[in-house]
Amino acid sequence: MPAEADPVLAALSDQLILATVLLYVIAMLAYALDLAFGRAPAEASAAPAEPVLAAVGGAAAPAASASQREENGDTALSEAEETSEAGEGAGGTQPAPKPLPVWVTKAGTAALALSWLGLVVNLAALATRGLAAGRWPWGNMYEFVIAICLAAVAAFLLMQLRYPVRFLGAFVVGAAALGLGAAVHALQVEAGPAMVALNSYWIAIHVSAAIAASGLFIVAGACGVIYLIRNDAAVHLPTREELERVAHRAIVIGFPIWTFAVIAGALWADKAWGRYWGWDPKEIWAFITWIVYAGYLHARATAGWKGRSATVVQLVAFACLLFNLIGVNIFIPGLHSYAEIPG
Amino acid sequence: MTVTDTPERDDSEKAAEARPAKLGAVGWARWFWRTLTSMRTALILLFLFALASIPGSIWPQRGVSDAMVGQYYADDPELAEWLDRFWLFDVFKAPWFAAIYLLLFLSLIGCVLPRTMAHLRELRKKPPAAPRNLSRLPQHAVLDGDLTVEEAARRLRRLRFRVTTGPGWVSAEKGYLKETGNLLFHVALLGLLVAIGVGALYGYRGNVLVVEGDGFANTVAAYDRYMPGQQVNAESLEPFSFTLEDFQATYIAKGDKRGQALDYSAKLAVSDLPGAPERTYELKVNEPLDVNGTMTYLLDHGYAPTFKITDGKGQVAFEGSVPCLVIDPATFTSECVIKVADAQPEQLGILVAFLPSTVPAEGGEWVSIFPGAANPTAQVYGAFAGDLGMRDGVPQSVYEIPPEIQKKLKPLVMKADPLAVGQKLDLPGGAGSIEFTGVKEWIALQITYDPGRMPALLASVLATVALVFSLTVRRRRVWVRVGEGPQARAEAGGLTRTGGDFGEEFASVVAALNHGSNPGVKDAR
Ligand code: HEM
Repeated sequence: MPAEADPVLAALSDQLILATVLLYVIAMLAYALDLAFGRAPAEASAAPAEPVLAAVGGAAAPAASASQREENGDTALSEAEETSEAGEGAGGTQPAPKPLPVWVTKAGTAALALSWLGLVVNLAALATRGLAAGRWPWGNMYEFVIAICLAAVAAFLLMQLRYPVRFLGAFVVGAAALGLGAAVHALQVEAGPAMVALNSYWIAIHVSAAIAASGLFIVAGACGVIYLIRNDAAVHLPTREELERVAHRAIVIGFPIWTFAVIAGALWADKAWGRYWGWDPKEIWAFITWIVYAGYLHARATAGWKGRSATVVQLVAFACLLFNLIGVNIFIPGLHSYAEIPG
Repeated sequence: MTVTDTPERDDSEKAAEARPAKLGAVGWARWFWRTLTSMRTALILLFLFALASIPGSIWPQRGVSDAMVGQYYADDPELAEWLDRFWLFDVFKAPWFAAIYLLLFLSLIGCVLPRTMAHLRELRKKPPAAPRNLSRLPQHAVLDGDLTVEEAARRLRRLRFRVTTGPGWVSAEKGYLKETGNLLFHVALLGLLVAIGVGALYGYRGNVLVVEGDGFANTVAAYDRYMPGQQVNAESLEPFSFTLEDFQATYIAKGDKRGQALDYSAKLAVSDLPGAPERTYELKVNEPLDVNGTMTYLLDHGYAPTFKITDGKGQVAFEGSVPCLVIDPATFTSECVIKVADAQPEQLGILVAFLPSTVPAEGGEWVSIFPGAANPTAQVYGAFAGDLGMRDGVPQSVYEIPPEIQKKLKPLVMKADPLAVGQKLDLPGGAGSIEFTGVKEWIALQITYDPGRMPALLASVLATVALVFSLTVRRRRVWVRVGEGPQARAEAGGLTRTGGDFGEEFASVVAALNHGSNPGVKDAR
């Protein structure tokens, strides 16, 4: 590893970050425009398969008769899932479409294009930073925050390809812009070599997984926040059921990745610190985060805590995740040497 | 019965909770077991588990940050005493913490066992008969062509459905892996707990500090601190030994991060068995030495300057290295204590500041500006004569002379100029002299044997893989009904039991039913 960073690349990286912030901010405004004046998502976003499910789902129960399920050892929990799924689909009230001015229909598309561009620039910023320092570009908190913002926007844009979740854009991309701004403002340190303990290929495995999972959890968290602040008059926002479903999807993908990240962390700790688990503050909070997300999955899967309670649990888990990223690095001393907070 | 939360079960649970007054011992036990293994209890225990870990990140924990625990005791002994009474410095060994996770895992067993039985039964059973009216299912399609029951069954089997047939119908199901994954995941968590327990009982951990040129042999006596599990036999320690031939640390020389370490490496000459030929091993952070599963880790390093001390009688009372405590990791400004127990006529205690890269500072002070040993000096800032109290039987830290003892000693020197290597300071009153003879480095090692490591890894990998199946696989059923007579058409219906959209997959199943083995190929008729 070189002892000195390449100053040209490092400066380029700093400028690319500023460009990313700018792109994200403009994208956020375009999303907001789209949200405020665009088509109501209940209509725009209904996936083709879901109305069918909604229409017939309720009738499905008699079709596969109750006694039949009994003899097949079916658990009623799956029925609960089905009926709720049906209920969710049916939940969206569909206002009549009204004609829209062109600039409004274009706002959503422009927002998406800007976000993709921002994502590319964000990635370039991270890559040049890594090249400048000659190592993986997540060796301190500044870089870590940049990578998480990237992951959140990427998670949102990829989900958006498959599911109608454009409404999340204003929130996720806005949060990313804020996060990057805060990183530049409060966390920036000169590019350079990382702490000795971070010289390991495990940084590529463990930290990348943690970043990817965090990106997905941010998407879920955004849904959770919208869920709580949404009032019934907000026809431009998707229904609560829709929000919950998107959050659940993001968590179902993010949770195994987080599990993997924690295990990879244990493997790394086993190499670096002489034990695979030692209740270092960072480990404690990764564990708490994991347990609370597991609680969320339980709550949703079996205990029938859907809706608001599940959302609250999800947000508590998200708060634990954020605390682990910010609070533990800054306030609690431990072995994890990410912090490197300036000044 | 299967332990899942069905609405009915919730009711019966509530009823059971309301009724325990009339129950006998067996009834109580049953009520307790049902409550313990209910999903709601599991959820509460999960949250308690998370909640109970929080104090572990608020208060310093023994074995993780012992020095900070000591600081609590120094700052406010009474408070520290109280915190200790609630195990707040040992949260993860606390009985209340153990109670939570033991209950949780008991609940887990109570939950998983009956579900496993049910799942095994279900695995042997055939999918249920087709409902009469397929058009009322969430997914429904009319098939083209005249499909026979046998042909439909064959095509569905090819899609890896489990298939059963009846007169005029085919019933197919797949996605059993979801429940299999879910059960394996929970079992793997149990396995992980067992592996951790085995490691704690049959493993050991020790710390030792080794100075360049010195050796270490893996016996209990050689450790500075040795923490065995309850079942560890002192004779069973892996009998390896090594010598620390050299230690190198490199630092960033310029810029903002000047002084930050770039790399450390310790060159060891390792002998795996007594008398075995030596091999060299380069020990680094992230690259432990592995001798048959006993791991040696490089945790820390510092300076160990060497001194030659002559006493009042003109005899060499001490000659060797003194490991120093690092006071400032950015510059490796260190403090060393030399206790010369053999000095005559009185024992000597000498406090030295070690500066690896010395430059003069304002007010006649000297400071270190870099962690590397570019210009090492040793500055005596306290030399005392008298009884050091080392024979009292009270163990002393090698890094300090206890203040109450220091008070009783006779001060000889309170501040001297820094000595460069080879320089000597004469102590006043003919008490002797101290010569700074050279610089060595020490490394702090941790040596660990944990027989639970591999099982824990296997359990975690199993848990992750099983979790992926549990979360991504869906149970789904497809039925086909084949009508009779020349006009009748075949139709298909399907549903998924655990949510998510099934439409796309159902469409491809219908295509496969229509076109046989090649769902992608257009019908040639
Ligand atoms: C160590 C504590 C536990 C952890 C970390 C944990 C974790 C999880 C996770 C992550 C899932 C999600 C899988 C899915 O949704 O399919 C799950 C599912 C499940 N857990 Fe646990 N669990 C624990 C304890 C328990 C206990 C004590 C019970 C029973 C009382 C239980 C019963 C279940 C059941 C029935 C499901 C299946 C939900 C479904 O069918 O989708 N778990 N668990």
